[in-house]
Amino acid sequence: MNDFVQYVSSYLGSDKTPGAAGNFFWATVYVLLVFVGLSVAVIAMNWLERKILAHMQIRLGPMRVGPHGLLQPIADALKLLLKEDIIPDGADKIVFWIAPFIVVLAAFSVFVVVPFGQTHAITDMNIGILFMLGVSSLSVLGIVTAGWASNSHYPLIGALRSSAQMVSYEVAMGLAVVSAILMTSLNAANTGTLSMIGIVEAQKQQEIWFLFKFFPLGIIAFTIFAIAMVAETNRAPFDLPEAESELTAGFHTEYSGFRWSLFFLAEYSAMIAVSSIAVTLWLGGWLRPFPNALQGSTWDLAFSLIPGLTFLFLGAICFYNTARMPKHPLFRIQTIGLAGFGAVLALIGLVMFLQPVRDRVGDIFWFSAKVAGFMYLYIWYRGTFPRYRFDQLMKVGWKVLLPTGLALLILTAIVGMRTELVAQVREVFR
Amino acid sequence: MTDPKTLSPLDLDTPDQTFLDANELVINMGPQHPATHGVLRVILRLDGEKVLGLECVIGYLHRGVEKIAENRTYTMFNPYVDRMDYVAAVSNALGYCEAVEKLLSVEAPPRAQYIRVILTELNRIASHQLWLGTHALDIGAITPLFYTFRDREEILKIFEKYCGARLTTHAFRIGGLQYEAYDGFEKDVTAFCAFVKPKIDEYEELLTTNRIWLERTKGVGVISGKDCIALGVTGPVLRASGVQWDIRKAQPYANYKNFDFKVPTGEHGDTYDRYIVRMIEMRQSLRIIEQAVEGIPEGPIMAKVPKVMKPPVGEVYHSIEAPKGELGYFIVSDGSTQPYRVRVRPPSFVNLQALDVMCRGQLVADVIAVIGTLDIVLGEVDR
Repeated sequence: MNDFVQYVSSYLGSDKTPGAAGNFFWATVYVLLVFVGLSVAVIAMNWLERKILAHMQIRLGPMRVGPHGLLQPIADALKLLLKEDIIPDGADKIVFWIAPFIVVLAAFSVFVVVPFGQTHAITDMNIGILFMLGVSSLSVLGIVTAGWASNSHYPLIGALRSSAQMVSYEVAMGLAVVSAILMTSLNAANTGTLSMIGIVEAQKQQEIWFLFKFFPLGIIAFTIFAIAMVAETNRAPFDLPEAESELTAGFHTEYSGFRWSLFFLAEYSAMIAVSSIAVTLWLGGWLRPFPNALQGSTWDLAFSLIPGLTFLFLGAICFYNTARMPKHPLFRIQTIGLAGFGAVLALIGLVMFLQPVRDRVGDIFWFSAKVAGFMYLYIWYRGTFPRYRFDQLMKVGWKVLLPTGLALLILTAIVGMRTELVAQVREVFR
Repeated sequence: MTDPKTLSPLDLDTPDQTFLDANELVINMGPQHPATHGVLRVILRLDGEKVLGLECVIGYLHRGVEKIAENRTYTMFNPYVDRMDYVAAVSNALGYCEAVEKLLSVEAPPRAQYIRVILTELNRIASHQLWLGTHALDIGAITPLFYTFRDREEILKIFEKYCGARLTTHAFRIGGLQYEAYDGFEKDVTAFCAFVKPKIDEYEELLTTNRIWLERTKGVGVISGKDCIALGVTGPVLRASGVQWDIRKAQPYANYKNFDFKVPTGEHGDTYDRYIVRMIEMRQSLRIIEQAVEGIPEGPIMAKVPKVMKPPVGEVYHSIEAPKGELGYFIVSDGSTQPYRVRVRPPSFVNLQALDVMCRGQLVADVIAVIGTLDIVLGEVDR
């Protein structure tokens, strides 16, 4: 017992991630935390997407289940879990059964290396970014098997589209990522890194987000990635694999109930995963805005108060809407529920003002806030754009993004090496 | 462009082998499919994503409207026509009423005609709005649908205030109107015109210059004016192919000769041109409505029509420009109270034949776009 306590406590105060420190207990705790956090994020995302999209489309969205439809995702999840489990007669049962798990596994396991903070990652792999790209591209296997196993035309076409799309956009995505990795090597020792934490630290060290590095090269790389990541996650305007108006539901047409919800879960966690990559590579990961320009303990304190203030603000919105609730006996439970939800948010906000909590959640907050920005973009795209056609999608991928990515990579290398290049040219002509 | 005469019928039983030794795919789109606008069934033969040919199977919504007509009196049949093109019920009623009026050799009084024009043009806008919303939804833009439905609601409110019904209005009677325009009708209509003009700009802002929208609609589902005429295609589809043919201008009915409006035409006959033509048509309809509201005369709203209608033996064909194209009624009278035969020439049904010509060689996604751009209503196709 004593050994165990010592094993557990030995990690506390370490400046490494639990995986890198080799502490299995804390690694397990982090895995559970990430899993729970991700599930909550997907549930929240479900509600937010419906609400935001609804407000973009001049309607209210879910309003009945709970105050302002807050319990709608839970009701949906229950409905999906209780639904009859249907496997089509002609389907290949085992493959049909496995497919959603492959997708979910791929979508969730990438979070092993996502750095929510300096030490807030399950592990710090030295090939972190490679691991993320590799594992997340495994989900295409699940989609292909799902489409094939359904033994039906629409899923098959959806799966073919999906695989072609994901494979071709991965190339452009990879090129953009490499150009960011090149930027990490611009230090005294000329050593780049593939570690997710290392990449953020390089941005801290170079005192610039890679988004603004070598203007406009960083922005171009980021743009390529931002387009490719939408295509990679099969979201609008690149949602051809599940194009509702054409293929009814694409590769998961034959899926229902819990299995379908796994695809849903995977789609949303994949969105969060690719957004995390973008945040880590170009937007300074967990770093708060202006870590170098606005230095000093006053600024540190000001920025560390923002998480708490955000939650207080959310709580205040809830209280405001509680006051606006119809004064009717039928709405009593809803009003109390909303007030309770607001109280919980406000309480979280207050807890976040405490010194020890403040120090620890700052990283996670900034990281999540940046990812949330991407999530909003996803919803915004969906509300604004029509859908690309398959050949146009391929054209954008291969004829626009890929050449741009290649040129960008070369340019980044040249700009990064310019002092050495100039010196060498001088050497030759001396 | 494929000459429609050279198109071979589809051999759906034996899919050919392609060079990759993979079977061609024959898939069924519909009758339960989110984008076939009702219960249209399209059998597609695909090579990968490329459409080699398609066949439409219709009749899932067949209610025998034409047969019903033979067992009803002229007046009793009037509400049935609303159920054909249920998104443009007023136009159907206008066509039918005018056809019977022609048969009876009566003419609706001017005031009735003006109100008819106002309601019909309002209905044209409503129909085009519904088309725009669903068409954009098919192409993947979900937001315009809600915008158009919001604005269409205002039109339906005017209908509801006028005759109590929103969709299947039964607004007109043979010989004129049953209801006088309610108090404030002119004010409502004028207010609607002022309300909807910026809204149409709003739809255009979302779509007209949207890159993806352009890529999805330009050069998609091209059909030449010659092919259109050969296939009997009418309405905005025909006009987008460069043929200036609008029955409101060509064979004016219901006072349309008194109004000043333009008939927009396209050049390329592709989905984008059809979109633009319909957008301009909405604006032109507003122009007609504004003129009609201004010039609406006083007077009776019903012509002298016998209570029991017994039109003289004979036959009549009368066609009007419905939002979807030429809507014609061919009525044969045997001198009794019931028509001997009523034949409807529905624009959707005839336009639907062009689907195969427009889709061959295109991709699956284009089939959806083309079905949307043809603006069919299955109630009218099947009758």
